[in-house]
Amino acid sequence: MPIWEFLATYGWRFLGGAVVTAEQFILAALVAITVALLAGLGKLSGNWLIRGTAVVYIEIFRGTSLLVQLYWIFFVLPLFGINLDKFTAGFLSVGLNIGAYGAELVRGAIRSVPKGQWEAAYALSMSPTKRMRRIILPQALAIMLPSWGNLLIELLKGTALVSLISVADLMFEAKQINASTFLSAEAFGTALVVYYILARFLVTPFMRGLERAMARRLGRT
Amino acid sequence: MRFDWNWEFTAEILPRLLAATLNTLIAAGVGYAIAVVLGLVLALAQRTPWTPLTKVVRELVEFIRSTPLVLQIFFVFYVGPQFGIRLSPWTAGMIAIGLHYSAYLSEVYRAGIEAVPRGQWESCRALNLSTRDTYLRIIIPQALPPSVAGMGNYLIGIFKDTPMLSVIGVAELMHTANAIGSEHYRFLEPYTLVGVIFLAISLPAAGFVRVFEGWVRRKLGL
Repeated sequence: MPIWEFLATYGWRFLGGAVVTAEQFILAALVAITVALLAGLGKLSGNWLIRGTAVVYIEIFRGTSLLVQLYWIFFVLPLFGINLDKFTAGFLSVGLNIGAYGAELVRGAIRSVPKGQWEAAYALSMSPTKRMRRIILPQALAIMLPSWGNLLIELLKGTALVSLISVADLMFEAKQINASTFLSAEAFGTALVVYYILARFLVTPFMRGLERAMARRLGRT
Repeated sequence: MRFDWNWEFTAEILPRLLAATLNTLIAAGVGYAIAVVLGLVLALAQRTPWTPLTKVVRELVEFIRSTPLVLQIFFVFYVGPQFGIRLSPWTAGMIAIGLHYSAYLSEVYRAGIEAVPRGQWESCRALNLSTRDTYLRIIIPQALPPSVAGMGNYLIGIFKDTPMLSVIGVAELMHTANAIGSEHYRFLEPYTLVGVIFLAISLPAAGFVRVFEGWVRRKLGL
């Protein structure tokens, strides 16, 4: 079967899979950014309980594999009475996994905001919350955005694993088509190209644009 | 079913999981060995004066880095037979994971090579060293130390990515846990133990990489 005929027959299924991948990507990214911010700030907290919780979360999720976490959340959590459907379990695992790496980025970026900025905010008698929100975080964001670009590519790649708990994403469709047609090069090749397009022509340019916008807002262009 | 940790069952399956851990470590080691060598080839290929090669390799590295490893594993495993090349799960897995990480390592080497001061290149030229001697004796020895941290992190990374090999039936830790789970209809113990084993290896390994990096830096007076 020539490739165009293959694409004409199965193109819709790849498209449907790509949409599910995009949904998983966006939801997982939201989870990752939220927990990264919480755990990153938590690790800098003066309260030992908060700091300890953040450290334990970060070390557990960075120390084990995404696949192990996914299976654990999907197959073992129900034993504790927490039943998640596969779609939720999918983006939650990916988000929590990447969030642990993101937390280190947040922490590193906050710590690399120059000391003078902290002191200036203190001199203006800003409250700690206001100082963090108005002075430190915006500058930390500019510092860590380039690394987040890489991390979001990792997140996109991570979403491919949700196919293993049968979420019908791009990877899942490729596997199904491969199983029914045995056209492995076409099925997996198409999926590889679609992932590449998503990463290279959507995620990366978006993050670059965000970096530029951020630099402009901070008057650093 | 509810939460009921069974210690007897744990003791029964632990030897099997530990045996599989050995396979996981072998897979990570072999994959990493491939990646270390192939990564250097990819990094050096991007420095040749012949632009078409440089561009193709650059794009190839980007492609490998931005597509999922699990898909690449499937690709290598299933596409071979379509063209009459039959690969065992181990071979296919090692090729896929080695190739994937060689793309990452090539970026580490590239950064290391670019960090070598310009004066070093100029001195090599002034001393009339051959390209081979320039790289082997001057550039690479200086490019490696700053690469140590990145290389160590990817060694741990490759170790944590080996569970993906279970999808094509490599009998590593995750695959064994799946097998135990479906034999006994119990997933709590096998999956939790896999997580604990991963933590028990990767946390000390991360500490070791940090110490080793510091040692290399001190040794070189950086």
